[in-house]
Amino acid sequence: MPSTFDTVANIIAETCDIARDTITPDSHAINDLGIDSLDFLDIAFAIDKAFGIKLPLEQWTQEVNDGKATTEQYFVLKNLCARIDDLVAAKGK
Amino acid sequence: MRIEYFQLIDRIIDLNLNDLTIRVEANVPTECTIFEGHFPGRPLMPGVLLIEAMAQASGWLIIGRTKFAKMPFLAALKEVKLRTFVTPGQALVVNAKIMHEGSGFALTEAEIRIDGKMVCNADITFRVVDFPPGDFVKHMHETAKRIAFPMEVATHG
Repeated sequence: MPSTFDTVANIIAETCDIARDTITPDSHAINDLGIDSLDFLDIAFAIDKAFGIKLPLEQWTQEVNDGKATTEQYFVLKNLCARIDDLVAAKGK
Repeated sequence: MRIEYFQLIDRIIDLNLNDLTIRVEANVPTECTIFEGHFPGRPLMPGVLLIEAMAQASGWLIIGRTKFAKMPFLAALKEVKLRTFVTPGQALVVNAKIMHEGSGFALTEAEIRIDGKMVCNADITFRVVDFPPGDFVKHMHETAKRIAFPMEVATHG
């Protein structure tokens, strides 16, 4: 079974036509990979489907806009994957 | 249909929030200045307006789903197929179904049929956001009334 990171990295590579080997756990989806908000909708859709969850993008965006969180907390891939794992775990409870 | 006002939908026939589907009527007018240029001597309903009709039908479905709490804005199109010409005076039936509801976005599949035959279809992505301030939501309620939006369905599910 692929890791959360592998699944997410493959989704990003396929959705945004980014070379898979340039995507690392420390990549920032926006600042490093240049993914814009529209492309991120496609990624969110694919992640929602792959993991059976609903990424809370509205909440994350609000927190960033309010200064309560940084984009790094949500969009650096290792952090994004940790949040996906949390959502998957919460789903099973 | 009043193309010049971008009113592509005439009437909602069915809004089913259990199946997440909508069906609407959209009758192409027999006369419109757009047909004078598109094209002289061969009037055709522009494909972009067929796409807009599918987007508007999808949009009313999403508005119903959110019980008038959110406004969908067209964000992306995929797999658009314009299968045959649509001409003035034809009666369109537009169907749409929500395929995915994300956080702040939604995806629909939509199609237009004439006499049961599919003439175009598309996968459509919307950003779903709060209504813009001002009279925006009031105007949407007025439009809802004009197109027979079943408010009781959106209110009670």
